[in-house]
Amino acid sequence: MHEHILRRMGFGASPDDLSYFADFTPAQLIDELLHYAEAPDGTDALIGHPAHAGVTVRGTFSPDTVINDARQRWLFRMMHTRRPLQEKLALFWHHYFATAYSKVAGTFGSIHATKMMDAARQPNGTRGQVQMFRDMATGNFRDLLIEVAKDPAMLVWLDGRTNIRTRPQENFGRELMELFTVGVGQHTEADVYAAARVFTGWNLELVVVNNRTDEVNSYYRSIYNPAQHDTDPKTFSFPIYPDGSRTIPARAAAQGVQDGLDLIDALARHPATAERLARRLYAFFINDVDAPDEGLIRQAAEAYRTSGTFSIHAMLRRLLHSPEFLSSANVYQRYAWPVEYVVRAIKETGWRGLSVDAAITPLVNMGQSLYEPPDVNGWATGPHWFTTSSMLARLNFASTLATNQRTNLVREAQAFRASPERVLEFLLARYQTPGFSSDGYSALHDYLRAGIRWTGTDAQLTTKVPGAVRLLLGSSEFQFV
Amino acid sequence: MHLSRRTFVRGGVTAFTYGFIAPHVLQDVAAAQGQTSRNLVVVYLSGGNDALSTVIPYRDPFYYSRRPSIAVPAGTVLQIGQDRSGAHLGLHPRLRGLKRVFDGGRLAIVQRTGYPNSSRSHFTGYDIWGTANPTAPSGPGWLGRYLDSLPGPLDPLVAWNTERQTPRPLMANTMGIHSIVNPATYVLASPNTGAEALAEREAQARIASHVPVERPHLAFVNGTTRAALNTIDRVATVAAYRPSATYPTSGFGQALRAVAGAMNRGIGTRIFWVQTGGYDTHAGQGVNTGSYFNLMGTLDDGLKAFHDDLQVQGLLGSTLVLIYTEFGRRVFENGSQGTDHGAGGVMMLMGGGVRGGLHGTAADLRPDPQNPTLESSAGDVRHETDFRSVYASIIDRWLGADSVSLLGGDFRTGAPPVL
Repeated sequence: MHEHILRRMGFGASPDDLSYFADFTPAQLIDELLHYAEAPDGTDALIGHPAHAGVTVRGTFSPDTVINDARQRWLFRMMHTRRPLQEKLALFWHHYFATAYSKVAGTFGSIHATKMMDAARQPNGTRGQVQMFRDMATGNFRDLLIEVAKDPAMLVWLDGRTNIRTRPQENFGRELMELFTVGVGQHTEADVYAAARVFTGWNLELVVVNNRTDEVNSYYRSIYNPAQHDTDPKTFSFPIYPDGSRTIPARAAAQGVQDGLDLIDALARHPATAERLARRLYAFFINDVDAPDEGLIRQAAEAYRTSGTFSIHAMLRRLLHSPEFLSSANVYQRYAWPVEYVVRAIKETGWRGLSVDAAITPLVNMGQSLYEPPDVNGWATGPHWFTTSSMLARLNFASTLATNQRTNLVREAQAFRASPERVLEFLLARYQTPGFSSDGYSALHDYLRAGIRWTGTDAQLTTKVPGAVRLLLGSSEFQFV
Repeated sequence: MHLSRRTFVRGGVTAFTYGFIAPHVLQDVAAAQGQTSRNLVVVYLSGGNDALSTVIPYRDPFYYSRRPSIAVPAGTVLQIGQDRSGAHLGLHPRLRGLKRVFDGGRLAIVQRTGYPNSSRSHFTGYDIWGTANPTAPSGPGWLGRYLDSLPGPLDPLVAWNTERQTPRPLMANTMGIHSIVNPATYVLASPNTGAEALAEREAQARIASHVPVERPHLAFVNGTTRAALNTIDRVATVAAYRPSATYPTSGFGQALRAVAGAMNRGIGTRIFWVQTGGYDTHAGQGVNTGSYFNLMGTLDDGLKAFHDDLQVQGLLGSTLVLIYTEFGRRVFENGSQGTDHGAGGVMMLMGGGVRGGLHGTAADLRPDPQNPTLESSAGDVRHETDFRSVYASIIDRWLGADSVSLLGGDFRTGAPPVL
């Protein structure tokens, strides 16, 4: 059960992780992972330390300003964090509020764009979008929506920065309702126009520090520009206020930011929002293979509604402490995202001598480049991850990893060199799967014997063990978490 | 209710099985279905192409008054004559290659295409165009249903998707669609070489041959693996293709190069999917210089090379290219020198069998709520030609199938004579 919990609430378990948590009951482990704020937050300080995966440094390692380094840092965190659920949720929110680096970089250049996507918390009070997701991952969903509406990367991505009084810009207002809260069918085209007007004047500005306008020292932050706000009343097709009123009243421009807060509050309270969020979290944490458990989704939505604080934590707690989460009917019933596949494969295979940079191009070919979701709807998940080309990319990454870890794998396999059956026993214990068919097992076994008379020498292990690891990592059985 | 791509697959994962036939039979099938058959290449412009910047009504004064900062000056459009309503039209100035194809009678432009109550959502719109079903846009796509209707055994490479994820229009019930982004990297690596690598590949195929009926999702992934392993050798022949035209280095250009290679090698593919994005031009549309201008450049350079390459190879007559998007954009520009989501758009067809020219009529852009060519208080272009009637012509006249059964209704009436 521990492996299951760590695959779902994190990115898999290394042998060390498993021994660390060995004394926990499943419920204790879930609680431990859920209350991650009590765990240390110093993963970045481990970058470059031996016994950890490496990063590839080109010049200087600048994860706050160079997107490829930001990708390496995030993969490193997924590998080594003591707060796996925080990184897992950061990935969830990155998919949910999908924002792509390339458009931001096309607008403000690569340095500002990298900062906007995922800079660590800065002394000037700013942070990147994904860092904001980490900070607010289990908090108040309404507050998260407000931060998203003010987020510089989002203001670029959905064009909020160009939303002005005389000509409202609909992009953000539309997706706020269609994708971030209530969903299609719960709002009208007139609501889209009204929402666009609500957010007129929400913008960003360049802050110059000590007269230094260069991209490293200057930064963007969100502002509200009252001169560009539409002060007229805005009427919606759904209630905005608890008394049922559907109209945001006319307000002085100086108070106009309240329009957006009122709309977001209404959307966060809308019953369709709680249900939609519950469905998304259910598919992410419990099962995206079978039809969802409607009863559990209702309970999760209810936990959010009755929390009084739009609590993501309450919803998560209901889902993760449910019997369904641990039910054998749901184990391995979740298609592994490319990032999950890669990090889990490394955690279970080993990483001494490996740079996480080796995963970055393969991830593109698997269809999931971090900070580059295909559109505002995020990645198409589930079976959509699997096409012939993306499957080949998984098989080929497995080959890269097995080749890279050849020496380490052979050393570990030496204790099992007596027979192919023993080697297979070692590998199948290392790589947990739903189990192979008898023919699948025979295929692995026959591969170990193919072309040789088994003697178990280092030379044989050097060839056969990485080949068998490639077969296991490339099996369908390993493509589920 | 919004039925997303995800919903469909969750309910129907067993649908995704790839066809498996012994390799020697495959060659026969490829030979029988390959070079002699017609090809359909679908080019999807993702994000909602602004039809009024592609085919420009340059004599309509309201085109200029409602788009003060993003209109193309009348003097720079590439004039393509008048439609039957008398509207003077011009192609975007960057579409020089398509203008040449148009002048040669090989480009049909169908104005004001769409459907009633057009969705302004990218995702719903994409699914509606993909399924040809505005009321229940889920399940297999219109081309997937065509593939399902073909008599077996089908060559597994009968359809080739150049994107990483299967597009809705190609989703089929009876087969998985091969995704081949780049033939040169459609290969299998191994930690070992020679006989060891071969033994490993055979073992991988054997592990993937398991079809657990109680776990259709596992069977689906196994099917995907086998489909890849069974076709990499054939796809490798396409990687060696040397085209007769120079393709641009853009992803779009390279995808079209691969398509031409697949046709040239006659590997049996009949339906190709190619996509190019960036059309969601809400802000800083840059019609005369900038984003949109560059989009037109990417489109034109790719299609021009493709057209010329096919012409040299004698494949133009057996090729039909359909170019479409999920919606047109608003008639008026917004405050960010861009355009928001609209309704009616433009479809284009290119190929040796196309009846070129201007089909349908342009919208009159007069901002009058009573204007019959517009809708949403004269903010959006009202569709004139149902996109399903264009699909019907392609199905009936090009693919030789029955559009009524594949589209779930008779859309032949009112179809523009494009083929």
